[in-house]
Amino acid sequence: MFDWFPQNISTYGGDIDSVFWLIFYIVGAGFILGEAVILYFTIRYRRKEGQRAAFITGEKMSELAWVLVPAAIVLVLDLGIDFAGGEAWSKVKGETPESNVKVIVTGKQFNWNMTYPGPDGKFDTSDDLTLENELHVPVKKVVDLALKSEDVIHSFFVPVMRLKQDCIPGRKIPAWFEATETGQYEIGCAELCGYGHYTMRGFLHVHSEEDYAKWILERWPPAPAADSTTVEQL
Amino acid sequence: MSSAATAHATHEEKLSFWRKYIFSVDHKVIAKQYLFLGMFMALVGGLLAYLLRWQLAWPETAVPGTSWVPEPTMFQGIIPPEFYNAIVTMHGTIMVFFVAMPILLGAFGNFLIPLMVGAPDMAFPRLNMMSFWTIFTASLVMIASFFVPGGAASAGWTGYPPLSAEAIYTGVNWGITLWILGLALEFSSFLMGGVNFLTTTVSMRAPGLKMMRLPLMVWMQITAAIIFMLSVGPLIAGAVLLLLDRTVGTSFYAVQKGGDPLLWQHLFWFFGHPEVYVILLPGLGAVLEVLPVFSRKPIFGYKAIVYSTIVAGVLSFIVWAHHMFVSGMNFKLVLPFSITTIMISVPFTIILLAMIATLWKGSHRFPTPMLFAVGTLGVFIVGGLTGIFLGTATTDIYLHDTYFVVAHFHYTLISATFFGGFTAMYFWFPKMFGRMMNETWSKIHFWLTLIFFNLVFIPLFKVGLGGEMRRLYNPFEYDFLKPHQPLHKFATIAAILLFASQIPFLVNFFWSMFKGKIADRNPWQANTLEWTAPSPPPHGNFETAPKVYHGPYVYSAPEIKDDWQPQHQQ
Repeated sequence: MFDWFPQNISTYGGDIDSVFWLIFYIVGAGFILGEAVILYFTIRYRRKEGQRAAFITGEKMSELAWVLVPAAIVLVLDLGIDFAGGEAWSKVKGETPESNVKVIVTGKQFNWNMTYPGPDGKFDTSDDLTLENELHVPVKKVVDLALKSEDVIHSFFVPVMRLKQDCIPGRKIPAWFEATETGQYEIGCAELCGYGHYTMRGFLHVHSEEDYAKWILERWPPAPAADSTTVEQL
Repeated sequence: MSSAATAHATHEEKLSFWRKYIFSVDHKVIAKQYLFLGMFMALVGGLLAYLLRWQLAWPETAVPGTSWVPEPTMFQGIIPPEFYNAIVTMHGTIMVFFVAMPILLGAFGNFLIPLMVGAPDMAFPRLNMMSFWTIFTASLVMIASFFVPGGAASAGWTGYPPLSAEAIYTGVNWGITLWILGLALEFSSFLMGGVNFLTTTVSMRAPGLKMMRLPLMVWMQITAAIIFMLSVGPLIAGAVLLLLDRTVGTSFYAVQKGGDPLLWQHLFWFFGHPEVYVILLPGLGAVLEVLPVFSRKPIFGYKAIVYSTIVAGVLSFIVWAHHMFVSGMNFKLVLPFSITTIMISVPFTIILLAMIATLWKGSHRFPTPMLFAVGTLGVFIVGGLTGIFLGTATTDIYLHDTYFVVAHFHYTLISATFFGGFTAMYFWFPKMFGRMMNETWSKIHFWLTLIFFNLVFIPLFKVGLGGEMRRLYNPFEYDFLKPHQPLHKFATIAAILLFASQIPFLVNFFWSMFKGKIADRNPWQANTLEWTAPSPPPHGNFETAPKVYHGPYVYSAPEIKDDWQPQHQQ
């Protein structure tokens, strides 16, 4: 509707955005109604010669109902909003779906270190590779992240994924996303982490299946064959 | 009582200048000391806001008027990233603890409670004096922290460790230690004050002044005092732990030695959330006093407001982790804290609707206190409603630590503390200083403040929705944030104009104090007891001790000829 958010390329981004719009319309209606009533009352009941204010104390239930019933409606709407959002919350912050694309993201003053397990798929092996500020992922695949920090609290924020999660030293916090489109997008830090907080700019590279395979070959070149000629593998 | 009042008055004549104006035990003098301290610190906090707003509009350019600041704090007027972080930290810390608390509670709580309950002074006048000098010392400590090597604290007003726990992460050492000490002194000051507020209200009320006949401002002040006193303990503990981690190498928050950074967050926010209600309630109290007077109508739903205030106070203790939805705390905690956060909107909805209902069928006049009261209400609604986006955990994933949060809390805080504070200031100025303020300049101040305040913060909602993170020295390092620069420039110009708009208030305030029209005892024809004392009241307050016969909001009662009936009249 209004063009307020960055692009959404996340499978769950729509869920989050739609909760936002639900709240927006409810709250927007409340805002317009509330301010309009205030404006109307201040103008309509301006002091007039010979006219006295009404002696209404709001102690009678018939009067107080005008306040209590709207308050009850607000409560019901608020609870509705919370439960509407509950499903999206569980999806995003609950268990990470099955995935064989795993990356460890470590915040460290003032960079994002992305550690890839390499073709063997296991971390803490010799083919692990750590890149600074580059997160390479395939499109339309769940990416299984483990968030860490080496020093202070950082917060891994990918606006186009609608993903944000604080990174705490000493912990490994799970997060995940699945990109719906390819492209290059920015990553930021969303927790004050020192004088370089504003420089913690990373890049998310969402590759097509082919480009992702190419990237893997570039980063982990296959070992040369036993005989003298090198064979190009597809 | 009346002989005590006379004895006090005679005693007062014999006091030296120092005992009368500087080391006074009179609650009204102490209130003014708190007021002037808060106003001075507001200038400091406002100056810091000017600096950070300039940096956000025109990054890494020289801020006009600041070339005198020496290196390495600033470089020929240019703010470096280290100092920027100190600016945002100290802006928040000073505004919450050294402006809002001193003015709303220290000044107006101290001034009004004894007068509104019909007492000659607070229960413990010397403790009251000590509370002021404690916060005065705390303020000196905070200001001193700018001048120590490494500069002032720069880990955010929230001070999360490990950033705040070890100097190597920020380059700030003494600054953060002084910040902790200054806060500890400030907390002590308000603990002392709280004792006075509660004891005076409970045990020194005039005959006939039952609790349910108290002016709502008194209810707000004592609820704020209770909330503060019960919530601050955990943060004092947490601050001691931080101080120990920093100075003697304990590891409460240090992960390498078995500590947990999240412990701080829980201790901080356990206090931090109730604290925002502490500074909110007195401003609402001012609105609740002013609306009936200038609508000539009883406050709507006195009992509902009192009960809602108490419920809100209780609930304020069980919502804190909504500040921690993405902190890494157990995800299962999110649902209960979301529900309690939703629930707390109910008592506040009741209070706001009761204010609106007070306006219904009134007979309104609009001197400046009434303009600010309605303004507080109108602005606070925006703050409250935008909180729902943040209290809903799902949307908070995206909005947490963005400018959306900044805009939200400025709408709630500035409405309650600034607009509410100005409501109180304009309303009680005649009682405090015995003179009237200039009404034309007061109105100009109101309209300019209302307009420019909105122009500063509406753009910040937009940049927050665009994903702009908080506390960024230069947001435009990011391509996706570059389009926000025009909005930041707009907000900065509006902010400068907002500061300039306070000049009419300051000139009006100080000029009227000495040259304003002499005020009557009761220029607003209001019912509460403070208006029966002279303007300003002498030491001891009342010539004869008042007796109370009914509640404070008997306006336009059908059986009474006048459209008001003071509490002390049958």
